[in-house]
Amino acid sequence: MDITFVIEKFILVTIIFAISLVIAMYSTYAERKVAAFLQDRLGPDRAGPFGMLQPLADGLKMFMKEEIIPTNSSKWLFMVGPGLAMLTACIGTAVIPWGSAITIGDRIVPLQVADINVGILYIFGVVSLGVYGVMIGGWASNNKYSLLSAIRAASQNISYEIAMGLSIIALLLVTNTMSLKEIVEQQHGWHWNVLYQPLGFIIFIVCSFAETNRAPFDLPECETELIGGYHTEYSSMKLGFYLFAEYINMFVSSAVMATLYFGGYNYPGMDWVLVHAGPVIGPLIGTVVFFMKIFTFIFFFMWVRWTIPRFRYDQLMHLGWKGLIPLAIANIIITGIVIAIIEKF
Amino acid sequence: MGTSVFYFVAALSVFFSLMVIFSKNPVHSVLYLIVTFFTFTVHYILLNAQFLAVVNFIVYMGAIMVLFLFVLMLLNLNKENEPLKSNLVKIVGVIAGCCLIVTIMGSLKATSVSDPVVLTNPNLGLLKNLGKELFGPFMLPFELSSILLLTAMVGAVLLTKKEKV
Repeated sequence: MDITFVIEKFILVTIIFAISLVIAMYSTYAERKVAAFLQDRLGPDRAGPFGMLQPLADGLKMFMKEEIIPTNSSKWLFMVGPGLAMLTACIGTAVIPWGSAITIGDRIVPLQVADINVGILYIFGVVSLGVYGVMIGGWASNNKYSLLSAIRAASQNISYEIAMGLSIIALLLVTNTMSLKEIVEQQHGWHWNVLYQPLGFIIFIVCSFAETNRAPFDLPECETELIGGYHTEYSSMKLGFYLFAEYINMFVSSAVMATLYFGGYNYPGMDWVLVHAGPVIGPLIGTVVFFMKIFTFIFFFMWVRWTIPRFRYDQLMHLGWKGLIPLAIANIIITGIVIAIIEKF
Repeated sequence: MGTSVFYFVAALSVFFSLMVIFSKNPVHSVLYLIVTFFTFTVHYILLNAQFLAVVNFIVYMGAIMVLFLFVLMLLNLNKENEPLKSNLVKIVGVIAGCCLIVTIMGSLKATSVSDPVVLTNPNLGLLKNLGKELFGPFMLPFELSSILLLTAMVGAVLLTKKEKV
């Protein structure tokens, strides 16, 4: 293993980590601005021009607040909870290809931290691990509302993971690979997977709303029933970590959706741009396009939040088990039949 | 390098497995069990079995243990409402445990050590090779075990269904 390789990966990891934190930070600002726009208000506009410094002010406030650990909580687990939520939110970015490889001199630098041949399953594993932060935090608080919320989060995640996995299986039938890099390369130009798997994409996006605990599936933090949900007892930056992890999760799942179904860094006419813009700027334009797709998805997340009211718990379970799972299985069967017919003729 | 990493991870596995047994709080036990499963995932990666590692990660750590934790949190077991065991039960337990360990040691002594398994293909654990093996020579056992799982699932659903009046 040569030292340039290590340095290269280290720089890449640092950049990706910084970008995801900044995007999560400004997602809180964007969320309030989008909410304000949809409700015909102004939103935050006091801190800095257009309220641009609002996230910094919020962050500072979080750090300055008093740190409270409830007397009857399990202290160690109470502290582990938010950390785990943050960790599982951040490690998902490791396998996402952020752009095609850059050529500097005679060295080819891939814009992806790790290209493992089970990339999709890795993402899936990280997602399924995400619920532990909520469960441990909710249980360790020693508060009945937090516990109820933790249990809700667990059952919601398990239910929607199944439909999500089944929708991915249909996608794998089309792509024939689990490596995210190869999946993106197959979608060159405008051959995006959403054209081949529209139903699978709809199932996947509904499930990712449920997995990230976003409205209309934000039952674990349903204020009208559970006070603040699993983070009722949390204060200061521990609360901040939980809120922050939600936005990072949103960013990562947007990136995954853009990678799997919307062509990642591919866009129509990219060959022409690559030839004219050179080996460094060309791939970076692809990365910019990729981020534009991600921002569109983040906006969609917010748009839905301020449009659709929260589900009731039985409706949530009904939709997951009786709606999405049969639909996903039907999607697998139809995809399989169509592929068999195409290969035959 | 490889061997020392193995011994380190193996020691961690043993340590966390012991912690599962020795913790008083059942929720802590389950959390230690999750960490134990994580060390197993590391073992699979050391054996170059990426697919098995990720599946172990998703199924055991991500699904089954979440269900365990879910049930334990619902039951809310703790030290106060755990029934106290009498001394007689404790003595019987110690004797039974000693008997078990003698039996296991005896049977281990009796069995002969098998030859070390050498894989013909060191990349067998990678996704493509594993899939070819599973759906080629091992097709029948693979399908049979999936039918077994399906049967268990149908049985579980049937058990939870209330009888129609």
